[in-house]
Amino acid sequence: MKKLIALGLTYAVIQILIMTNLISDYLQATLVTICINIILAVSLNLITGFTGQFSLGHAGFMSIGAYVCAFITLRNPTIFGFLIGVFAGALAAALMGFLVGLPTLRLRGDYLAIATLGMSEIIRIIFINLEITNGAAGLNGIPQFVNWTWLFIFMTATILGISNFIKSSHGRACISIREDEIAAEAMGINTIKYKVVAFVIGSFCAGIAGALYASYFYYIKPDLFGFLKSVDILVIVVLGGLGSISGSILAAILLALISTYLQSFPEIRMILYAAALIAIMIFRPQGLMGSRELSLELFGKLGDSLKSKKGRV
Amino acid sequence: MEGFLQQVVNGITLGSIYALMALGYTMVYGIIRLINFAHADVYMIGAYVGYFCMTFLNLGFLPSLVIAMFVCTVLGILIEKIAYRPLRNATRISVLITAIGVSLFLQYGMMFFVSANVRTYPEMTGIMTKSINMGNIVISMQQIILVSITIILMILLQFIVKKTKIGKAMRAVSMDKDAAELMGINVDSTISFTFGLGSALAGAAGVLVGVYYNTINPLMGTVPGLKAFIAAVFGGIGIIPGAMIGGYFIGAVEVLVAGYGNSMYRDAVVFAILILILIVKPSGLLGKNTREKV
Amino acid sequence: MTILDVNKVTKSFGGLTAVAKASLKLEKGELVGLIGPNGAGKTTLFNLLTGIYTPDSGTISLYKDGEEIALQGLRPNKICSAGLARTFQNIRLFKDLTVLENVLIAMHKNIKYGFVPSFLHLPSYRKQEEKLVEDSIELLKIFNLDDKKDELAKNLPYGEQRHLEIARALATNPKVLLLDEPAAGMNPAETADLTRIIKEIRQKFDLTILLIEHDMSLVMSICERIYVLDYGMVIASGTPEEIRSNKRVIEAYLGEEVNNA
Repeated sequence: MKKLIALGLTYAVIQILIMTNLISDYLQATLVTICINIILAVSLNLITGFTGQFSLGHAGFMSIGAYVCAFITLRNPTIFGFLIGVFAGALAAALMGFLVGLPTLRLRGDYLAIATLGMSEIIRIIFINLEITNGAAGLNGIPQFVNWTWLFIFMTATILGISNFIKSSHGRACISIREDEIAAEAMGINTIKYKVVAFVIGSFCAGIAGALYASYFYYIKPDLFGFLKSVDILVIVVLGGLGSISGSILAAILLALISTYLQSFPEIRMILYAAALIAIMIFRPQGLMGSRELSLELFGKLGDSLKSKKGRV
Repeated sequence: MEGFLQQVVNGITLGSIYALMALGYTMVYGIIRLINFAHADVYMIGAYVGYFCMTFLNLGFLPSLVIAMFVCTVLGILIEKIAYRPLRNATRISVLITAIGVSLFLQYGMMFFVSANVRTYPEMTGIMTKSINMGNIVISMQQIILVSITIILMILLQFIVKKTKIGKAMRAVSMDKDAAELMGINVDSTISFTFGLGSALAGAAGVLVGVYYNTINPLMGTVPGLKAFIAAVFGGIGIIPGAMIGGYFIGAVEVLVAGYGNSMYRDAVVFAILILILIVKPSGLLGKNTREKV
Repeated sequence: MTILDVNKVTKSFGGLTAVAKASLKLEKGELVGLIGPNGAGKTTLFNLLTGIYTPDSGTISLYKDGEEIALQGLRPNKICSAGLARTFQNIRLFKDLTVLENVLIAMHKNIKYGFVPSFLHLPSYRKQEEKLVEDSIELLKIFNLDDKKDELAKNLPYGEQRHLEIARALATNPKVLLLDEPAAGMNPAETADLTRIIKEIRQKFDLTILLIEHDMSLVMSICERIYVLDYGMVIASGTPEEIRSNKRVIEAYLGEEVNNA
């Protein structure tokens, strides 16, 4: 019950801010970026943080969602077309996730990372060379259907869906793969199935994110979805904590704000990003939240510990 | 036929570059199981040092080459010491992410200092401008020198690895770090040395590329680096002769795809080779399958 | 009634033959020991039985409800579903997960809800999860681990970690349980406690147990039959008395110690 109220409030507050023009267009773009990055980070976290499969190709799935959606909405510029576009994009991305997941299952950490990177690059190169995607020039004039309401709906659905999944037995099966794959198999977990499941769910959500991106920023080109974008998402997940959904959300917000701040200095932003990445890995590899979640209970505990400190003199 | 032979010449030239870089990847992976993403950027810095030496210090080709190799050696050792050594016992994902961080740091750091603009190596003089004609096939002296230097460096490397004490230490540490330590080998210096060696080769590759292809830019390392890594995987990651074979194979494939197929897709073909190898035989051409002991 | 039939199983790694034409049979409800010097191939045999390795030749058959199930070549998770569970020599618990989570994961195959209920947390999901937690806690009670259910597995003392390994294997609802050196590193008091637990679970869960052990006091006291492995081959099998006095076994493994067991 508390959750529903918190959700409703969040939606309402921002919606009001938008409608009363208190949030500028520029801030709106940042807001959109945050929401899309949250979807990307949470879905990558499922694959890499919870199931332990190191994927460096998340941007590739995003690009499939973006292009498929753009295709459909360019030919069918209605709300209906938009929704079909989002789901078709997500499904196409999920299909790719399945195709990527299946053959790469046997690979260990760093090999898997390189394989996913390779797959993502192949997708990008294909998009650059196809005529229907307009090659390197990209697609322009994509109808803009995304607003705060749609963003909120898709973002919340993703977060809730994935965190519910994690808490279930299926989610536990994925986690056991990360913990000890051989023991998991010995305990009856079909590790192949669950690795693929994680990839498919993760890529489905990345496809949604891509579709939303296309339907707000109305222009996409292959280079937007390269290795750098995959690294961007990975940084968010790592900073937030591999295995923490609330961590990903926090980190997405934090990094988007920093990015916006450093917008006029793109190289410095990258240098700082890179230095931060190295520093985090050396000094706090578990990121902000480790694999714990931020919850209302945590605030409760904080309150209790403060109270007890007051009592002790 | 002549067209094909010309492609072969070009392929050998390109392959030499990939081989030099692949050696660095394979040695580092062999000794600490790390995919050193930053290796490609050490190559880039080598190219820039060579550029700097030739343009501003007016040094010749060979001195610039040596200086670039030296600078890269130091750089490689520094990177290992600062970024990788603290993570010696961390998870693979952590070190990999750090390597990505170092790579980006070098790329954008360079961009910040020298701007993203492309620079051009100064014109070569004397013997470097000549070429040999065999029928319709042109082999430039630059190509011959490039390949020769590569072969000399590879022979030197083999000598160091097979015939010297430090080489033996490198091999021991790659097989079993703890056992090597217990045998009295200084694991830290051996690893530093490995990084230094690999980076020197990368630096050489950078200068050679600068001379041969003429232009350099801060992001020049990414794609060749990836391909060189794929070459190392193809030949068998961790296996030195494998990196050499892999380098020439990938060079040949790239040149042939560009020449006879669709040059647009030549990068995609190389990535596809990677996927194929990882699926069919992840240990590579010369590699052996190692299982986890349960 | 035979429940597990291992027939002439062989496994080589490169030039080394780890298991050579090993055969053994388990009757339903038996408690059988597998002993032998280090490197004899005991754990390799377990790995073959549980599908981590595939035998080069030979067959492994599980008899369940009158049917014969061929296990060789199956993946470990399928073998587990068929009814064969194991513990590991070097404990392989899910260290950063809680005691309860370790058991819940092993109970996964009892779950009947699909993916959609898990995304939406439908009532069917909630009910099954509650039952799963209940069942897991019941299981943990046997090992006195129920009050530590929210403790991280890595924080448990060594003896309790070994108990959790067994509890987790039991959670998969096996017919045959393979225990790989369950008493390793335990003192006599802990070993006696373990002996009691093994007897208790055999009876309570109607199990057939195959046990690798070096602790002869444990083996000789509870095993009804013993197989002896040396250099990958079964060199003897029989009752504890027969094994104790078997010259070949004494030479290869037992030495003079056996008289004090």
